Amino acid sequence: MAWVNQDKCAIVGVGATDYYVRGKSWPRTINDMAAEAIMNACADAGISHKQIDGFSYYSTAGAGYLDKFDTASLMETLGMPHISWSATLTSGGGGCPGAIGLATAGLMNEDCTYTVTLMALQQLPQHRLGVVFGAAAPNPENSFLQPSGLVGPGHLMSVLARRHMHLYGTTQDAFGEVVMATRANTHNRPKAVRKDPLTKEQYDASVMLADPLRRLDFCLETDGAVAVITTTMDRAKDCRHKPAVVHAAAHGGQREWGRAFAWMGMPDPHFASSGHKFTADRVWAQSGLTAKDMDVALIYDHFSPMVLMQLEDYGFCEKGEGNEYVLSGKLRYDPATGKGVNGGVPVNTHGGNLNEAYIIGMTHIVEGVEQVRGTAINQVKDAEFALVSGGPASLPVSSLILRKD
Amino acid sequence: MTYGPARALPGDQIRITTNPDTEPFWQAAKEGRLTACQCGDCGHFRMPPTAICPECGSRAKNWPTLPGTATVFSFAICNKNPKNGEDYVYVPVVVDLDGAPGTRLNANVSGCDAEDVHIGMKVSVDWTPIQDGWVLPNFKA
Repeated sequence: MAWVNQDKCAIVGVGATDYYVRGKSWPRTINDMAAEAIMNACADAGISHKQIDGFSYYSTAGAGYLDKFDTASLMETLGMPHISWSATLTSGGGGCPGAIGLATAGLMNEDCTYTVTLMALQQLPQHRLGVVFGAAAPNPENSFLQPSGLVGPGHLMSVLARRHMHLYGTTQDAFGEVVMATRANTHNRPKAVRKDPLTKEQYDASVMLADPLRRLDFCLETDGAVAVITTTMDRAKDCRHKPAVVHAAAHGGQREWGRAFAWMGMPDPHFASSGHKFTADRVWAQSGLTAKDMDVALIYDHFSPMVLMQLEDYGFCEKGEGNEYVLSGKLRYDPATGKGVNGGVPVNTHGGNLNEAYIIGMTHIVEGVEQVRGTAINQVKDAEFALVSGGPASLPVSSLILRKD
Repeated sequence: MTYGPARALPGDQIRITTNPDTEPFWQAAKEGRLTACQCGDCGHFRMPPTAICPECGSRAKNWPTLPGTATVFSFAICNKNPKNGEDYVYVPVVVDLDGAPGTRLNANVSGCDAEDVHIGMKVSVDWTPIQDGWVLPNFKA
């Protein structure tokens, strides 16, 4: 059944800071970067930041592990006269597109008029995201995981990837193709962190960090902030750009994905998956669309194998066929035609977390907005629908479909 | 790739904590006994141990002695000690526990070269003393 809030709200503004290699943003503070991103998003929307009266966060209003930001501080920083909505989607980065769904809840409930969804990230040496997991004090639950030396997200994903390789014959070459296909989209992006062309030989020479995953299979470690403004369609008409219409938004997950990263109890075939099947099915049911209707897919890519597994969970290909799908070039964007390659849907036309910047999923939303506006740097020709995903991670994970107005 | 012998991470670098839901597992380990949390009413196994059976909602628990054997379900090969960054080849394995259907443990495997670890490999429990007098179940090829 179609989602009750279908096409009633839109993202009207996107804003970001520069993207810094991990730790290089200091002495900027987290509130400095967050405020800049919000003000840039408001300028993009053509509204004053004092018109914002709602916050729709995810990941505990911070990276979940690092410096936090909060509504009270941001209100003071930005001089917002009042707020009437402040809500957070539980769990981590998997909630990123789901936070836009949360924004629509506040807007459709008439609690607020313009909401901001924000991520600001600063990985100073004392709290580097990739290692805080392993450096966390032992607790009764992680005492069943930490002693194994599975201490970082990459370690955990490598175990999932291994099982996928075992069950379906998936190859490291496919992981490399995910990295190369998305890297090819960053050479013309001024702010991208990794923009040099990447050859197969360079990929194969990349250091093995958690066999079967190489350094280049891991996303970037980035500092920076990204914000987007969501409002109702009637207000969106008065904003500066064409609205990026919120066509569907779902978050959640099913029990078989379990506690994910800190558990490893998922039964087959869920173990060798992205844990997105339930949310994928929901977002397709909400929209009446399928993967084949998407013009572009912005797929959360903290680790390359998880892109392949999401393509399966969303139905771009059948379960177990991700290897062949990826290796046939179907992720690639062809700048000559502005379309996909070999009948595929272009993936991460902005370069994604692997190549452009890792702001815990927010860059994927920005790219989705620009694609349906028709203003993306690597514009997909006649893009009408963009899929944005968040996670794989602990539940909830989430999905968003943006539609051209 | 050639890695050479797989070694368990040094026990003196490993700490755990417990709570009343998980402590019986670790007390059994101190006695050299591998167990898993089983529902005292419906018999469903769950690991890590939790307060309530997710199948039937019972709070009753059994801690049966398991055979101590397991099958490798998946694994990674790592070559840096996560505590100090030194070169150190270890193989984190996710194993299915014999005698407790549906339960898994995360551990290290030793007794073979890292590149010889494979999914489906049979392993048996190997106790590693860790900090504070606790004992950790690892596995031997």
